[in-house]
Amino acid sequence: MTTFWTIWITVISLGSLFGCTWLLWVTRKSEPFQSETSETMGHEYDGIEEYDNPLPKWWLYMFMATIVFGLVYYLLYPGLGGFKGLFGWTQENQWEAEVQAAEAKYGPLYAELAAQPIEALAQDTRAIRMGQRLFANNCAVCHGSAARGSFGFPDLTDNDWLYGGTPDKIKETLLIGRIAAMPAWEAVIGAEGITQVAHYVRAMSGQQNVDKALADRGSSLYAANCAVCHGGDGKGIQSLGAPNLTDGVWLYGGTQAMVEASLRNGRNGVMPAFKDTLGEERVHLVSAYVYSLSKDN
Amino acid sequence: MNTASANETYNYKVVRQFAIMTVVWGIVGMAVGVLIAAQLVWPDLNTQYPWFHFGRLRPLHTNAVIFAFGGSALFATSYYAVQRTTQARLFSDGLAAFTFWGWQLVILLAAITLPLGITSAKEYAELEWPIDILIAVVWVSYAIVFFGTIMKRKMKHIYVANWFFGAFIITVAVLHIGNSLAVPVHFAKSYSIYPGAIDAMIQWWYGHNAVGFFLTAGFLGIMYYFVPKQAERPVYSYRLSIVHFWALISIYIWAGPHHLHYSALPNWAQSAGMVMSLVLLAPSWGGMINGMMTLSGAWHKLRTDPVLRFLVVSLSFYGMSTFEGPMMSIKTVNALSHNTDWTIGHVHSGALGWVAMVSIGALYHLIPRLYGLTAMYSSNLVNIHFWLSTIGTVLYIASMWVNGIMQGLMWRAVNADGTLTYSFVEALNASYPGYMVRALGGFIFLAGMFLMAYNVYKTITQKEAVAIDGVAQTA
Repeated sequence: MTTFWTIWITVISLGSLFGCTWLLWVTRKSEPFQSETSETMGHEYDGIEEYDNPLPKWWLYMFMATIVFGLVYYLLYPGLGGFKGLFGWTQENQWEAEVQAAEAKYGPLYAELAAQPIEALAQDTRAIRMGQRLFANNCAVCHGSAARGSFGFPDLTDNDWLYGGTPDKIKETLLIGRIAAMPAWEAVIGAEGITQVAHYVRAMSGQQNVDKALADRGSSLYAANCAVCHGGDGKGIQSLGAPNLTDGVWLYGGTQAMVEASLRNGRNGVMPAFKDTLGEERVHLVSAYVYSLSKDN
Repeated sequence: MNTASANETYNYKVVRQFAIMTVVWGIVGMAVGVLIAAQLVWPDLNTQYPWFHFGRLRPLHTNAVIFAFGGSALFATSYYAVQRTTQARLFSDGLAAFTFWGWQLVILLAAITLPLGITSAKEYAELEWPIDILIAVVWVSYAIVFFGTIMKRKMKHIYVANWFFGAFIITVAVLHIGNSLAVPVHFAKSYSIYPGAIDAMIQWWYGHNAVGFFLTAGFLGIMYYFVPKQAERPVYSYRLSIVHFWALISIYIWAGPHHLHYSALPNWAQSAGMVMSLVLLAPSWGGMINGMMTLSGAWHKLRTDPVLRFLVVSLSFYGMSTFEGPMMSIKTVNALSHNTDWTIGHVHSGALGWVAMVSIGALYHLIPRLYGLTAMYSSNLVNIHFWLSTIGTVLYIASMWVNGIMQGLMWRAVNADGTLTYSFVEALNASYPGYMVRALGGFIFLAGMFLMAYNVYKTITQKEAVAIDGVAQTA
């Protein structure tokens, strides 16, 4: 901050406080704290008169005390422009100190747990509970507090994995995040093609209410356009994050209308990366918790 | 009366229009408030139609109660008080009528655009730029009418109520125009001219002074006229009014940054917001003391006069919330209270307890006098309304205190391993009983407003009631 602005801020800040002090000084009565009066000011407005009572003593002292507090605060803390205050306090260094204290207190515990393999932690009740609490505050907003997912957000308990369910793959998903890229197909295969492929895909998943003729025509479109990611057999490819279409698990709904919508507009699911927000040690614990969920079922 | 020339009579027509609309908008604004409080208890009340969702109705509620209900109350009372305390007719009947119809148009446009989702996304300043321009034009007209009347006054001095009304009118003009500056994209969309943290600071400079000048200075103007009138006692201390007026208006303007503690706002600005908010305690209480002590020698009237009860209890809520505000501005307290329901409780102890109750008291004094009567149709209903308002307010703020402090403590609770003890949804679950009590309190307060509407209707349709206009000036 330039000297000019420091002076500007200082002058108007202190000016306001000293202005109030001056106001209190000149409006106190000459005989300080005299008793209440029955004298009015002599003017009258619509029948309203005004007494000339002194300022209540306790109120005057309270006002002065808050001004003194303000001046002391301005001396100790940053407030008067570029003046840092005698304590040298800032919100940034308060935060850094709190983070350091937390690291000193909890760091060894997380370091110890992070050194153990995820498979082992998934058997450790204490580690799972820690992972679960981290999950509740960071992941539950999308995946639900029971990790059962919701429309567009995968169920983590069903052992059906988009990007792989091994401990390493789960941890990788958490660390670097995932961006799904199901393209929009209407421009390529047309509205009729969308309908046909949707019938074919639903037939693959074992649904009964499928129009055979439409599904057959969808079959060749599928082979030409979809199989490259979802596989010829529709079982998906985890390295691409392409879902298995045969297992009856639908991230965006399995009705004809919903499958058509996914085909028509595409889907771009996003899993954020947690490496920077949680740190690798905590991600390790969350991975153990998520891994344990799939093992339970 | 018609024989008196226009200049020797008061313009009561515009006062009457605003007074009636205060009751109407009070019911509308508070009904929307009860609906959104209910939506927080029963989320299914957010229907499939986006126009009735919480996110769109909440700004409709705040705009309706602050600017439609509170604004109409301020127009009515300031036009009435400024004429009677200057012994001068309003400066221009035509311009006064324009402020009435212009203000109603602003409210109507707000009621249409906000549910449609047309918003500039600035709290208490959501209306888009064409409406902002209309507000500015109406407001400048208001200033011309008000100060024009002051200049026509028949005495040397200006009564203290008019200082407060005057400060409120000037400052709100500056705040509204300053905060609403924006680059239009089309007629229903604009972007603020201020970038990032500066925009946040300007917004809360506006936002907190909407509280400080619109909801405090303006309503202190109401207090300074209607309390001594209803109590028939002289104002307690002229010098106290001088000190607290100048201290209040010079310090309030600083307090905005306390809305942005622990944020991207520079440290110095946060400190200024906190220090000045604490210093604001005494100037705020000056108004409470002056109002309360005006009753010395007339305390017995509280036993028989429910109108005076409204006015005095409003001052108690004012004193309480202006104590609470400085406390919440302290950084360590704010670290607990910020983003919790405590804030909502605080604003409603001011909005229901102070602003609404002082307005209601003033209207119960004013409305009979606008119809050539001395009292409302039923003093008993006024008394019942008083109790409904008081109980409703207490239920509202007590439930939000409980919720707010509980949320703040749950959010920061940490286990032995450093993880958070509660997830957000657990704190939300624990808040349900409070939301229920809050909705009930709001409903009780709203029920009182319906009683008021009935009482007003019966008052102005009595045989003896005459909508008087050219009232001869009294000494």
